[in-house]
Amino acid sequence: MKSQKSKNTLATVMLIVLFTILAILIIIPIYTIFLASFKPGGDLLQYGLNLGIDWSRMSLDNYSLLFTGQHEYWRWFTNSIILTVVTVVATLLVSAFVGYGFAAYEFKGKNALFVVVLLILSIPLEVVMLPLYKQMTSWGLMDSYMAIVLPFVAHASTIFFFRQYLLGLPKSLLEAGRIDGATEYGIFFRLIIPIMKPAFAAMAILNGMNAWNNYLWPLLVIRSSDKYTLTLGLNTLINPYGDNYSLLIVGSFFSIIPIFILFVCFQQYFIEGMTAGAVKE
Amino acid sequence: MKKLFYSQKLAPYVFVLPFALTVVIFWLFPIGNGVLLSFQDVLKKEWVGLGNYQRLLSDKIFLKAVYNSAKYMVGTLVLLIPFPMLFATLLNSKLMKKPGLFKSVYFVPALTSVVVAGTIFRLMFGEMDTSLANQIIAAFGISPIKWLKGEWTSYFALLLLACWRWTGVNILYFLAGLQSISTDIYEAASIDGASKWQQFVKISFPLVKPTTVYVLTISIYAGLSMFTESYMLWKGNNSPQNIGLTIVGYLYRQGIEKRAMGYACAVGLILLIIVMAVNLVQLKATGTFDKEER
Repeated sequence: MKSQKSKNTLATVMLIVLFTILAILIIIPIYTIFLASFKPGGDLLQYGLNLGIDWSRMSLDNYSLLFTGQHEYWRWFTNSIILTVVTVVATLLVSAFVGYGFAAYEFKGKNALFVVVLLILSIPLEVVMLPLYKQMTSWGLMDSYMAIVLPFVAHASTIFFFRQYLLGLPKSLLEAGRIDGATEYGIFFRLIIPIMKPAFAAMAILNGMNAWNNYLWPLLVIRSSDKYTLTLGLNTLINPYGDNYSLLIVGSFFSIIPIFILFVCFQQYFIEGMTAGAVKE
Repeated sequence: MKKLFYSQKLAPYVFVLPFALTVVIFWLFPIGNGVLLSFQDVLKKEWVGLGNYQRLLSDKIFLKAVYNSAKYMVGTLVLLIPFPMLFATLLNSKLMKKPGLFKSVYFVPALTSVVVAGTIFRLMFGEMDTSLANQIIAAFGISPIKWLKGEWTSYFALLLLACWRWTGVNILYFLAGLQSISTDIYEAASIDGASKWQQFVKISFPLVKPTTVYVLTISIYAGLSMFTESYMLWKGNNSPQNIGLTIVGYLYRQGIEKRAMGYACAVGLILLIIVMAVNLVQLKATGTFDKEER
């Protein structure tokens, strides 16, 4: 009995060692960019990213460039925040509205339409990207945030998640609402939305992460540099002129921070949001 | 009219209307348009029938792109399903008392955008002997490598980037699947004398299958439509001998860079067919369809 116990302790220690090594490997790339944010941008071109620390060459210069220098970084940052907030609010409202329709009612054509939700879940956006791009041009929506947000407000995977979440909803709640004289839409806005808070939180984070990091579609749609988002803007710094590399590295590192703070605060929801589709099938 | 709008009969249709409109305007219409465009030479404004498709099938660069995307997808499937499944099983075992911190740390790479992650990996895999990758192999006595100029060394860098970003996410998926399995089954098995390994093979693996199918489906989709990772690693859409060119990269090159919209739309539709076909085979092989029929 005792030997079994010490065997288990040994196994636990080995597991902890294994997972600590894995954690260190995962942290290394972030650590290298954190270190690099204190090194001159030119060094990066010359030496690449590594774990070397040369105190004589490290300084806060990149940070003072980030906060006080002449560049567009904060405009991109603001644009990204605006776009992310608008995307999240619009997507959540519209997708919850639709998801509720699928969960609460029986109607003709419902199953066929739900199959379409599942189908769209498995089609890469890249397939429709070019014709959609052409369409946006002819509608004059090019170079507008509308073109980034509008096609995805009724978002298939978000609808799927809300529908799964609302399936367990007691129908008596809806009946009670009707008896109280609420309209069908009133029931959704006054009774359902308040009880969906956890689902909203999970999807807000997931959609927020995607919007913050979105690249390819905005790259096609956005033309004028004053509308650049953070990912688009950072990528313009890839050509190593002047201070570009200093700003690229410190800016890249800094761009992780807002989403990281959100993650730390709402970790549980992050994890729920990410795993939502995996269990319920 | 107003009464009809508020009626219980019409309300469900009002609720799903935004989705129906999205499907028609932003999916069906573009796909239909894409099909029509794929039969045209858009620059010359003429119909070419199946010409674009015929050209594609003998276009060596396109075939290279398909090969690269398929190779990348296979690599991610081999690395990003078994290992996360194993790690999740170990994290879920009673021997690990507090897996929470590890879970959070493993998730952090998923928070970085591909633009940032790709830049980090490009510089870590730099050619100079002081880049991290070359420093590491130097410790084993290997001389510096031009990582991103060789086919297999750059494949390694791409896969490492994918593993870095997605291992933690896939661990979370599998953990969620494993936690939905009742502990009674494991207890009964260990009373019957089943070893941990037997429990994994006979209980965890089959019962976590819905999760595996889900991860498989999204990995196939993501692997075949990969673009930004390669765009970042090679600072644009051009890599030596097209070692980093993917199907979507080729679509971007033809449609946006060369303005050959018709040809590019044919690329997009072939991508659609490949993704659908691979996923159909996969869902058939894993028996997902049979389950739904029951």
